[in-house]
Parts: sequence; C-alpha cells; structure tokens
Amino acid sequence: MRTLPFLLRKEFRQIFRDKAIVRMIFIMPLIQLMILPWAADYEIKNIKLSVSDHDHSPYSRQLVSKITSSGYFQLTGYTDSYEQSLEQVEKDEADLILEIPAGFEKTLIKEDESTLFIASNAINGVKGNLGSAYLRSIIQDFNREVRLEWIQMPRFSPQTQIEVTSSNWFNPLMNYKIFMVPGMLVLLLTMVATNLTAINIVKEKEIGTIEQINVTPVKKYHFILSKLIPFWVLGMIAMTLGFLVAYFVYGILPVGSYLTIYGFAAVYLFAVLGLGLLISTYASTQQQAMLISFFIMMVFVLLSGLYTSIDSMPEWAQWITRFNPVRYFIEVMRMVVLKGSGLADIKYHLLIITGFAVVLNSWAIFSYRKRS
Amino acid sequence: MPEQVIISARNLTKRFGHFTAVDTISFDVMRGEIFGFLGANGAGKTTAMRMLCGLLIPTSGEASVAGFDVYKHNEDIKKNIGYMSQKFSLYEDLTVKENMELYGGIYGKDKKYIKEKTASILKELHLEQEGDKLVKSLPLGWKQKLAFSVAIFHEPEIVFLDEPTGGVDPVTRREFWNLIYEAADKGITVFVTTHYMDEAEYCSRVSIMVDGKIEAMDTPAELRKQYQSASMDDVFLKLARKATRSE
Repeated sequence: MRTLPFLLRKEFRQIFRDKAIVRMIFIMPLIQLMILPWAADYEIKNIKLSVSDHDHSPYSRQLVSKITSSGYFQLTGYTDSYEQSLEQVEKDEADLILEIPAGFEKTLIKEDESTLFIASNAINGVKGNLGSAYLRSIIQDFNREVRLEWIQMPRFSPQTQIEVTSSNWFNPLMNYKIFMVPGMLVLLLTMVATNLTAINIVKEKEIGTIEQINVTPVKKYHFILSKLIPFWVLGMIAMTLGFLVAYFVYGILPVGSYLTIYGFAAVYLFAVLGLGLLISTYASTQQQAMLISFFIMMVFVLLSGLYTSIDSMPEWAQWITRFNPVRYFIEVMRMVVLKGSGLADIKYHLLIITGFAVVLNSWAIFSYRKRS
Repeated sequence: MPEQVIISARNLTKRFGHFTAVDTISFDVMRGEIFGFLGANGAGKTTAMRMLCGLLIPTSGEASVAGFDVYKHNEDIKKNIGYMSQKFSLYEDLTVKENMELYGGIYGKDKKYIKEKTASILKELHLEQEGDKLVKSLPLGWKQKLAFSVAIFHEPEIVFLDEPTGGVDPVTRREFWNLIYEAADKGITVFVTTHYMDEAEYCSRVSIMVDGKIEAMDTPAELRKQYQSASMDDVFLKLARKATRSE
C-alpha cells in the first residue's frame, strides 16, 4: 500500500496542472446547469395562431382576446379566409388555425350550439397536439362563461356535470425545473466522470508512459485505484457545486436528505468511473475513447427517463433502461429531491448500482493487462 | 568474482499470428556486461526485449532474468530491472523531481532515499537548477539522460535500454554513453538496443539480429576479425543485407 500515495500524488498534480481538465470538471457543468434547464422546457409556449374569422362578431372577438390573453398563444394572423391562414402555416408563420364560421354568434345564441374548426401543423407533433389541447380547453372555458352570461345559474342543472379538480403532489406548481435540474446534474456528473477516466488512461497509452508503469512492479489494483480515487473526489466536488447552483439559481433544496444523495452518489461514481476504465482498456487512442463514450452517453441520456418518461416507452426499451446506471440515479435524485425518500426507499436502487460498480470495475481490472 | 549469467534465453520465440517476430533466439548475458542488441528496424529487437522485461508473453522457449522465469515470475523480474523505452516516457507534466519521487515510490524506496538520490543525480547531470522545472520544458538530450537516470533510480540489477539515443546529437550521445559506463561500473548490467554502429563499439559484447534470428554474437573486435571488416558498420551491412523483411 505504500506505492498508492505516490501514485495519487502524481494524478492530482497532473489533473490540477491541466487547465482544460479543471475547466471541464468545474466550469462547464456549472454553465450548462445554469443555461440548459431554461431551454429544456416541457411547456409549449409561443404557439403561433392564425385565426380566420368569418364572423366578426363581439363573441368571436371576445374568444380571440381570451385566447391571446392566456399567454400560450401568439396571434400571428387574423385573416378572412381559411386559405390565407393555411398559407401562413405553409410559410411556418402559424402552428395552429382557428376557423370561426360565419354566423358563429348567431347560431350560438339561437340554437344553443355552434362549431369551431381547429387545424394544427403536426410537423412538430408535440407542439401541434398540446397546442390544440390548450386551445380546446380555452374554448370550453369560454363556452362556460358565455352560458353563465345568459342563463343566470340554473336552479336545476339541465345536465349532470362532472367537475374535475386536480392537485399536483410533490411539485405543486408543476415547476419543470425542479424536475429537470437534479436529473441534469446526474447527466453532467456521469459524462464528466466517464470521459475523464477513459481519456486519462488512454492518454497514458498514447504517450507511452503506461508501458513505463507496466514494467514496474506496480500492482494492477494500485494503478487502477490511483486513477479512480482522484476522479471520484472531483466528481463529489462537482456534484456539490451543482447543488449550490440548484439552490442559488433555482431555489431547489431536496425534501429528503443530502446524505442519502451523497451516499448513493458515492457508489454511483464508482460505477461510472468503472465504465470509463473499461472504455480505456478497449480503446487505444483518445479519439476512439471519445467516440465510444459519446455513443454510450447518447444511449444513456435518451434511455434515462430524463426527457421522456420510461413508463411510456415500449416494453423492450424499458427493458434496456434497466442496464442504464443513469436511470437509477435520476430516479433516486427525483425521489429524494421531490418526495423526500430516505435510504429505505432507495435500497433497491442502491443494490443495483452497487452491482454495476462491482461488475464494471471487475471487468475493467480483468481486461487491463500489464503484459500481452 | 566468477562470471555469472544474469539473463539467459533458450529458443525464445514470439509469434504474432503467422508472423514470427522473434525466432528461437538463445543467448546469455553476464553480470556487469554492456550487451549490445543490434539489428535493423523490424528485426525483432524490441519484441525480444519486451519479453525479457515481462511486457510480452513469449510464444515458446525459455528465458530467465535476474534468476526469475519470464513466464511465472514476471512481476519479480520487474522489481530488479529498469527500463527505458523507445518512446520518451517520463511524465512531461511533472517536474524532474516529481518524476523521480514517483518512480522511487513505485519501487518502494523511502523519502530519505528518494531525496538523497534525487540530489545526487541532479548534481551528476548538472541539472540542479532544473529540478523544479516541468520535464516538457527541457531539451530532448537532457530528457534522454534524465530518463536513463530515472530508469536506474532504484539501482536495479539490469537496465534495458531500447534505442535510447534516437534523435539526439553526437555530443549528447557521447555523454549518454558516459552515463552507461558509470552505471556499468556500479555493477548494473546494461542491455541496450541500437542501430548506431559506433555505439556498438562501446559494448562489451554484441549480438546482431536479422529477421528475428541472432546471426552473430561476440565482442566487437572478434566480429570485425571474423567478418574481415574494418568497422562494426561493415559487419552490420554484411549481415543485414541478407534480411528479407523490412518494416
């Protein structure tokens, strides 16, 4: 064990002498954490709406003003014909068309019903879908108001109505940032830890210093520990900085305990560092290492449940996510930060991630050879 | 002191697929010798050396280094040898002193040993002022000498040098060989590959490898006589011309 401190001192010296690495560990994740959550917004805003109003009645104007005052829509056209509105969609000046037929107000009053037509641009399916859903609920609202206006609260309701009220547990204001920031923190941590370890070792291969180490009596596990420990420490520091940003920029404080998160992170980091190590034993140049880890990261991110819910993935994709360590940490983060889960609630996750750490590191140690 | 065999190889062979890089070579190196391992590029020198250092597993044959078998006790061999590879391999982003501290530590030397040894090496190389400079800031010739000093920092029994003077000027090469002589005087056996034939003259004994086989092995003087050549350069050309493979 006497050689380990010498190896560790070497690693720390090299890391802190490399400005690019220090930047990659500390500054990059912080900046990303400050910028990305604002951009990765689930809510659809600024939907461009073109209204073709054939009615020009007080009601139709009232409806349009109600829609625009909702904050989700931006009135980009107020035309006289559906064709004109459609042209706007073709030019990408509008995402949605609302057609108000001639005599809209009249039929509504006379016959107690009227029709509206909504057409949406489905190239961006999410936007089209959500846009027409928002629009429909605004119109319903409008409908209710209109009725209230002319029938003074009927004593006997002509039709039974079911009113739904909902409350959002754990994230009452549906603030997506509370949901996204902890998850992004996990991603950043994973990327930094995996890449740095992989590249660090492959760099030694490229320069040839690893051969000099292999020809010494250094024990394999000493060498590997000397690579894992520094990046483990840096990962913990990077995560702490991330939590500071989460608190000071987004006001996010975990409902649960930091201790639970750090405990999980301690094991998690060993798992992803082991992955980096494994990549480094298979790659012989830094480009190769980058490419492999980039590919793995891509899969990890898309199948992590950060952007898309795992429950709505097809069966086989859900099955793949079980082999994704990122998924477990994101779940744990959300459980602890939003719900206040404790160690007992995440013990299943902890067990799995321990498995990852053991398997990945043993595999890496096994495939790292001091001689070929 | 009777002559003592410190490296011995018997029919040592390394194949990579169908390519036989080292073909049944046999030789003995005596303690305290400067053994020159010559050959053209691609002759198999480096492969042979890497097997002896425990970096490559031989395909067949036997070899022992410092009394340890290359198959079973390769990690014991590593405790007793120093190695300087073709590629310059000190850590460029560490200072001269930090490199020495690292390698001293790896070989299990204590702080006191490291400190004293570092001071004496820096003095010997006249690099007292450069001890705290990053290795990358030094000129190549200095780096080579430094790499050699680091390779024998832990006072091994044998030091393996793989083309240690590639790319340095004649003056520095001369100085480098002075260091080799000093190490040999201290009892360190030197196993050196080179393709500078003037350097071959400095060796106590040389072997010349052609296409994976050892074609000739003796003292430089004997070889010149045997091949009726005025210099090692001639001897080498006569032998190497037979080569059928190149890099």
